[in-house]
Amino acid sequence: MIDKQAIEDIKKIVKTGRVLTEESDRYSYSFDASFGTHLPDVVIQTQEVQELAELVRYANEYKIPVYPRGQSTSLSGGPLPVKGGMVFDLSVMDNILEVDDEDLVAIVSPGVLTSAIHAAAEKKGLMYPPDPSSSHVSTIGGNLAENSGGPRGLKYGVTKDYVIGLEVITPQGEIIKTGGRTVKNVTGYDLTKLIVGSEGTLGIITKAILRLIPKPPSSETVMAVFNSLVDSGRAISKVLSSGILPAKMELMDQASIVAVENYQPSNLPVDAEAIILIELDGHPAAVKEEAEQVAKVCREVGAREVIVPQTPQEKAEVWKARKLVSPAIVRIKPTKISEDATVPRSQIPEMCRRLQQIKEKYNIHLVVFGHAGDGNLHPNIIADKSDIEEMQRVEQAVAEIFQAAIELGGTLSGEHGIGTMKAPFMEMELGASGLDMMKRIKEAWDPNNIMNPGKIFAEPGQKLVLR
Amino acid sequence: MNQMLEDLKKELKYEKTNSCVQCGYCLPVCPTYMTMGKETHSPRGRINLVKMVGEGRITDLSVLEEPMNLCLGCRACETACPTGVEYGTILEAARAAITRRKKFSFPVKTLRNTIFKKVFPSKSKLNLLTDGLWLYQKTGLQKVAQKTGITRALPFNLGQFEAITPTVTSPSERRNRFKRIPAKGEKKYTVAFFTGCIMDAMFQRINDLSIALLSHVGCEVLIVENETCCGALHAHSGEMDEAKVLAKKNIAAFEKEDVEFIINNAGGCGAMLHEYDHLLADEPEWHERAKEFVRKSKDISQILVACGGVPMNKELPGRVTYQRSCHLTNVQKVTKEPVQLIESIPGIDFIEMKDKDMCCGSAGIYNIVNYDASMEILDEKMKNVKDTHATTIITTNPGCLLQMKLGIEREKMGKEARALHLVEYLAEAAGIV
Repeated sequence: MIDKQAIEDIKKIVKTGRVLTEESDRYSYSFDASFGTHLPDVVIQTQEVQELAELVRYANEYKIPVYPRGQSTSLSGGPLPVKGGMVFDLSVMDNILEVDDEDLVAIVSPGVLTSAIHAAAEKKGLMYPPDPSSSHVSTIGGNLAENSGGPRGLKYGVTKDYVIGLEVITPQGEIIKTGGRTVKNVTGYDLTKLIVGSEGTLGIITKAILRLIPKPPSSETVMAVFNSLVDSGRAISKVLSSGILPAKMELMDQASIVAVENYQPSNLPVDAEAIILIELDGHPAAVKEEAEQVAKVCREVGAREVIVPQTPQEKAEVWKARKLVSPAIVRIKPTKISEDATVPRSQIPEMCRRLQQIKEKYNIHLVVFGHAGDGNLHPNIIADKSDIEEMQRVEQAVAEIFQAAIELGGTLSGEHGIGTMKAPFMEMELGASGLDMMKRIKEAWDPNNIMNPGKIFAEPGQKLVLR
Repeated sequence: MNQMLEDLKKELKYEKTNSCVQCGYCLPVCPTYMTMGKETHSPRGRINLVKMVGEGRITDLSVLEEPMNLCLGCRACETACPTGVEYGTILEAARAAITRRKKFSFPVKTLRNTIFKKVFPSKSKLNLLTDGLWLYQKTGLQKVAQKTGITRALPFNLGQFEAITPTVTSPSERRNRFKRIPAKGEKKYTVAFFTGCIMDAMFQRINDLSIALLSHVGCEVLIVENETCCGALHAHSGEMDEAKVLAKKNIAAFEKEDVEFIINNAGGCGAMLHEYDHLLADEPEWHERAKEFVRKSKDISQILVACGGVPMNKELPGRVTYQRSCHLTNVQKVTKEPVQLIESIPGIDFIEMKDKDMCCGSAGIYNIVNYDASMEILDEKMKNVKDTHATTIITTNPGCLLQMKLGIEREKMGKEARALHLVEYLAEAAGIV
């Protein structure tokens, strides 16, 4: 808890923005899209980098926690102010968005919406590929902090693959620049990549230089229906080893197909165990040929039906079904725990099998739908938060999902980040020494532990709690 | 203590807040989040505040008052919500809980009682008020008042609204409407027309044109006796008991006539009528009757399209844009029909504005009680309107119509632009005057 004097001092520093201290305001910045309520002492909104830097200097001097935040769509607890202190609402920093079509870069401030970058790039025939499904709400600052990805990650990679330069406020309140406007840059340590995905624990990103690529002129969609989930996993592996790299490969399991049909009938086969949706992008002639080839591979692996929608409307219809999964499954029970444990592509069928086992063992409502092509399967557990006994089973199941992913050579998080939710499992993946090296980096950067404290690294005895 | 919290949870409909997963998909469509720029004035933020009260973390309900009062209730968040959160229900429960605990000063209490319980539900009182307005406009008093600047001294910025008040029809015209208007040509449907309270008092011409259009496309139109105010303004102000009384009166009044549909031309009223079954869900003897009422209740655009559209014979000059009624879009889910009707006008130059689904800031009486907040939203809207270079702004709700007129006035676009109800525009194109 910071005192009245500190609030007064903060108000003096923030000359151009707002300092929010009302109870209603503080509660409104106490959550994200994951779990838990954590009340900050004060919320600051300003577009002035110098003011933010001065606030960080102040926080470092008086050891006040600082929590940078975008629009709090995080599923891992990234922006939660778990130790109180100051929240920086960086969503207000949406004032810079320049696309340079000669250097093929976009210069952005952290509060710009990801979808606004997509639109600005497209206007000039370019593309910013990372496409988290919340891109119309999420800020680029949040994407950078959590190193977000989306369906296109399969072909194009995730946020870190498109960041070549940053402006960052260090925990000491200095403003530094990393990287630059060139794709090639090997001058010293790659601090850019270190900051991206560090979840706000090493500094506050106040500007980013993003790499853009030419927008593919055409796309085709293939939908394949399978009687067996494991077969669909095999189809995914087979397509990927056939010399074709689709832009997206999305999976819907039977539970999600049934949920969609119950929610908004879309003519999906409810007796099928899996549907995969594949998008190919590139030159019109190339994608046509690739679509045919993908269809052939799917049939060979045992798809009972393969559809290649022809008109834009038909294509939109197919993808709409995929989009309906999220809203459809929460009609079953209100609480949704979205996991993003990820496995190597070759292990997709095995991971599918393990997920079914976990579902039965803990008697939970588990739905699998996600970016299957990159092994980021998105098992979602649907539960009721008010049922404590059920939530305990869910917590155990989540732990076992992590374990399965790691045993298969995968990782805890493909795109959501560690935050508070997965911190207790870090050592399981990294080992004690691996985790210790990360801690040492954190301590060297931020010896007073003021930057987003309570994230990534678990407190002794910390466990996953979804209640 | 625990029992008190449990009771409070029930009162606030706390269990409804559990379906909010706080994904934030409502943020980009929320007008107040956009103009006020903080989570406290977002749907997700407001729902969270209700949660916090229900969980006993916030103990003083007045903490919720400002965020709840500054919500427009446009319910665009419900359309954007991927998990189907019933935001409207949560908002109304919170407002009712706040109203119940609030100690209004005597004059405010008296005013609320008079307005909510005496004026809106009473045709005769509204008629009297409108008579006064008619006199004011006809006798030249309006011109005098405007010239002398007296109107600027009105409270609640009412002077701003004085300038855009529509010219009302004379008392005798208003009281001598036929009760049954036959269909022109072959009869397709028998419908009752819901005249509304403000709509009928202030915009009787639009009501008359609506009836004429319905008759023109083949509907026999009935005006029902004992119809009363829909109750929307009551429900939005936390006066739920009064809203229920009005709903029951309307259900009973319309049950007396054998009609296939109950037609209204005001998005906001229509939305209220559309939710009578929710409003009366706890009253078994009324719930089924409410459902039947809801089944019949339709926006005029739906029935005009169902009758095969409006035969039109006139090309109208200039470019047209359409400012949607939020409650028509987000509550009644009527989105296609108005556009279909506009596009069917011969030679129409129709252009959609940016953020076409964003509220204009009218929101019932929001623009009067929260004038500054409303004007910020209106100014955003007018920027998008201006970008279209439209000369006619079409609306589907009286509140929106007044707000658009106010926007035109504020932007000093009076010479080149006008705001109309969809019905007026269609009537113009169909040669019905």
